[in-house]
Order: sequence, then structure tokens, then C-alpha cells
Amino acid sequence: MIFFDNVSKIYSDDFVALSDVTFTVKPKEFVSIVGHSGAGKTTLLKMILAEEKPTSGKIFFEAFDIHSLKKRQMNQLRRRIGTIFQDFRLLPNKTSYENIAFAMEAAGRTDEEIESDVPHVLDLVGLGKKIWSFPHELSGGEKQRVAIARAIVNQPDIIIADEPTGNLDPVNTYDVIQILKKINDLGTTIVLTTHNKGVIDSLGKRVVTMENGKIVRDDKSGKYSL
Amino acid sequence: MFFTNIKRVIKAGFISFWRNGFVSLSSILIMTVTLSVIGSVLFLLATLDASLRDLKSKVDVNVYLSTSALEADILALQKSLKIMPEVKSVEYVTREQALVNFKKRHENDAPTLDALAELSENPLSAVLNIVAKEPGQYETVANFLRSDNALSADKQAIISKINYDDNKTAITVLSKIINSAKKFGLAATVALIIISIIITFNTIRLVIYTSRDEISVMKLVGASNKYIRGPFVISGILYGLVASALTLGTFYPLTYYLGTSTANFFNGINVFHYYVVNFAQIFVIIIGCGIVLGSVSSYLAVRRYLRM
Repeated sequence: MIFFDNVSKIYSDDFVALSDVTFTVKPKEFVSIVGHSGAGKTTLLKMILAEEKPTSGKIFFEAFDIHSLKKRQMNQLRRRIGTIFQDFRLLPNKTSYENIAFAMEAAGRTDEEIESDVPHVLDLVGLGKKIWSFPHELSGGEKQRVAIARAIVNQPDIIIADEPTGNLDPVNTYDVIQILKKINDLGTTIVLTTHNKGVIDSLGKRVVTMENGKIVRDDKSGKYSL
Repeated sequence: MFFTNIKRVIKAGFISFWRNGFVSLSSILIMTVTLSVIGSVLFLLATLDASLRDLKSKVDVNVYLSTSALEADILALQKSLKIMPEVKSVEYVTREQALVNFKKRHENDAPTLDALAELSENPLSAVLNIVAKEPGQYETVANFLRSDNALSADKQAIISKINYDDNKTAITVLSKIINSAKKFGLAATVALIIISIIITFNTIRLVIYTSRDEISVMKLVGASNKYIRGPFVISGILYGLVASALTLGTFYPLTYYLGTSTANFFNGINVFHYYVVNFAQIFVIIIGCGIVLGSVSSYLAVRRYLRM
């Protein structure tokens, strides 16, 4: 589904963020990427979203070379990817409902679909009662659930989660990971980066370990080992 | 879908205008200042124009005709002056009228009137008061009067005196002042308008700078550039509309207050009167500037953060 073909990223000051990374994510897979800060995890994810361009190499989403897509095609591709971040990245002046509705509007869904799907997806992440709350009125765990609801509402093919539990307490961390697992069981591919040993060990799924911009291990059902 | 999107963009624009109340307020205030500058310039130009017109109309050249000049020759001269392209009007004051005017002017001056009564004949000559279209054109008119064209039918000189030479310096200075006042007015107007537009533009850019993370999130969920930009442009238009309403609102009491003093100072033009009479025009200019300024600034400011 996603294929990194000899991808390198070198920043202007000779800092190598990624060097010759080649790996594949298969459909319906749950891949965790682990590594120290600065190992290149976030750069890797940003490249899937076309937020960063590789210095050399290519990244394919199915048959599309992500970085040769036109703007319009890029927008359509992004609607097939759900994103979850450590800092939630919710729109601060919109309520939970509006944050999720925005993603649906961007994907060109009708008002009827939005009215029926948004409450449903908020119920799914256990936030049915906070539908009209603004992000600043929510706790960290609640914000992350809104972000997850937003990421899954368009039924994306893949979810990219960049340290989604980084700002959460253990209880919320557990909940978020359970939600991600459930989404994966329903058939959505998930790429997760994390520092959390407990999370990785409890998942028992594929683990890719990165160090200094390189993939040093790729275990089918790995444990956190750094 | 097109209309749904338009509806959504407009709605989102209104909502963000309302929810970012403080930010909206600061943009509106800055824009009000800009629009007030543009509005004041309109008034300034109007008063400048009116006072220049007034000054110009006060400049004229008086042709004193010899007492022996025949009425027919004078009328012929008046006629040929009137058809000159430079001449705006020619007023013929007959000898009798000149006498009446003189008496009226000196009605409290007994010795002069007594002296006048001593004379057997009317000593005053007829006068042609010539007003040119532009102060710079008096030279041409004066030259015409000095030429043979101004002779009577039997080639006798009928002009005893032209006061152009006395007025020459005054007229030259005045036309220079008028020209430079116009130029200065125009330059000052352009400069003021440019400065205020830049300030407004920067304010709106700053406002949108605070939304740059929001814009990147919108991009990440796959919103098209148009869809992201739309609400910002709508908010910009709203800033413009509210700011123009404020500007038009403040001009009412302001011009009312300044009305009489400007009427005294600028000879006749009352800014309040001008405001009320030309309200439709001023309304369209201010609202138009507000909308264009708000929408274009927002459009350009968002563009920066859409390059991703």
C-alpha cells in the first residue's frame, strides 16, 4: 500500500534525517515505528503526507508517486489518509462537531451525511456528550479522541498516528491504543510512531526500529528494544 | 455541491468573524482608520477644488475703454472676446452703470460725491470684465487686447487701459500656487492612501499569521485551497463592511461639527452639506474600498500559508 523506495532526506545544513530508507506497508497492517527523538520517524510520516519532500528516492501510495501528484490529486489523496498527532491539531475555534464536520466538508460530503455521521463517530470514541465543546474545554485525552474521530470519519484507507499518546496519561493512552486497534480490526491500515514501550509490547504487531535516519530492525511481531 | 460549498464558506466566514471577536475588532479599527483617511481625502479634494474655483473666479482682467469709444465698437469687442476659447465670460459695464456703482461705493464719502457732481460729464469709462477659464490664460487674452483685433471699426484705439499688467505678478503667482496645490494634494492623497493600505494589509496578515497552524491542519485533512481561503476572504469582507459603516457613521457628526467652520474658511463649501448631498457617492466609494481592501488583503495573506 505504501512503498518507500530508497528515500533520503538531507536538510540544508548537511543534517541527514533519513538515509536510503526502503520499506513497505501492506494493506490492513498495523505498523509501529519506534526510535529515539531525531531518529527520523516524524520525517518519515511527513513524507507520506507530502508535508516534506525527499531529497532522493520515491514514495508510492498504491500506484501514485506521492511527490509528483498535482495539487488537486494531492487533496484527494489526503482525504484517504487520516492523521492523528501528539499535539492533536484541532481547529481551536471550532467545536468537536465542527472539527469533524470540516474534514467531511473538505471531502465533499453532503449535509445529511455530516449530520448523521458526526454524532455517530463521536459516540464511537466515547465523546457523545462533548459534541458542542471547543477544544480548550476538553482534556488531552478528549482532544485526542476528537482527533481520532476526525481521522476516521471519512473511512480512510490508512491512518497515520504520530506519537498520539505522547501527551496522555496511562489510562487515556490505553484507551487511544484500544480505539486504534479496533479501527485496524475493521480493516484500516495504521502507521503509528511512539516512544511508549508498554504500548508496543501490548500490541504484538509489526515493529520497525529506526536509528539515525536508518531502519535498523523490522520485526513481524516485535517488542520495544532500544 | 458548488452551492453547498459557497453556503459553507460564507457560514464559516461569519462564524470565524464572530468567534475571533477581539481579532476582528482590531482589524476593523485599523481599517476604519484607513477608510477615514480615504474619506477625509475625498472631503479635502472637494474643499480644495471649491476654494480653487472660488479663487479663480475672483481673478479677472478689467479693460477700461476710452470715454469716446462707441457702444457698437465695445459690443463688437465683447463679442470677439466671447468667442475666444480661453475666455469664460465677459461682463460689459456701461459708463452709466459704472457711475451708479461708483456712487454706491462712495455713498458715505460726501467730498468725493460733491467733486463728482461738479463735473459736467460722466468721467468714468465703460469697463469689460473678462474672466478666463484658467489663470494662465490671461496672458493670451491680454495679448489679444493689445493687438489690432481690439481696434474699433475705423481702426481707432478704444482701450484706454488694461489692468492686466498691474495684476500680472499676482496672477502668475496665483496660478503657480493653484497648480502646486493641486499637485501636492494629489501626491499627499496617493501617499496617505498607500500608507494606510499597507497598514491594513499588514494587520490582516498578522491576523491570518495566527491561523497558520489551522491552515496547515485544513490542508492535512485534504481541504482544497479555495475551500480554506474562502472563509478568510468572507471575514475580510465583513471587516470591510463593518469598518465602512463605522467610518460613514463617524463622518456624520464630524462633518456636522466642522461644517460651519469649513464654510467660513473655504468660502462657501460646507463639508456637512457636501456629505449629505453626495452621500450616495461617498457611500459607494467607502464601502467599495472596504470590501476590496478586506478581501484582497485576506486573499493575499492566506496565499502564503497555502504553499505546502
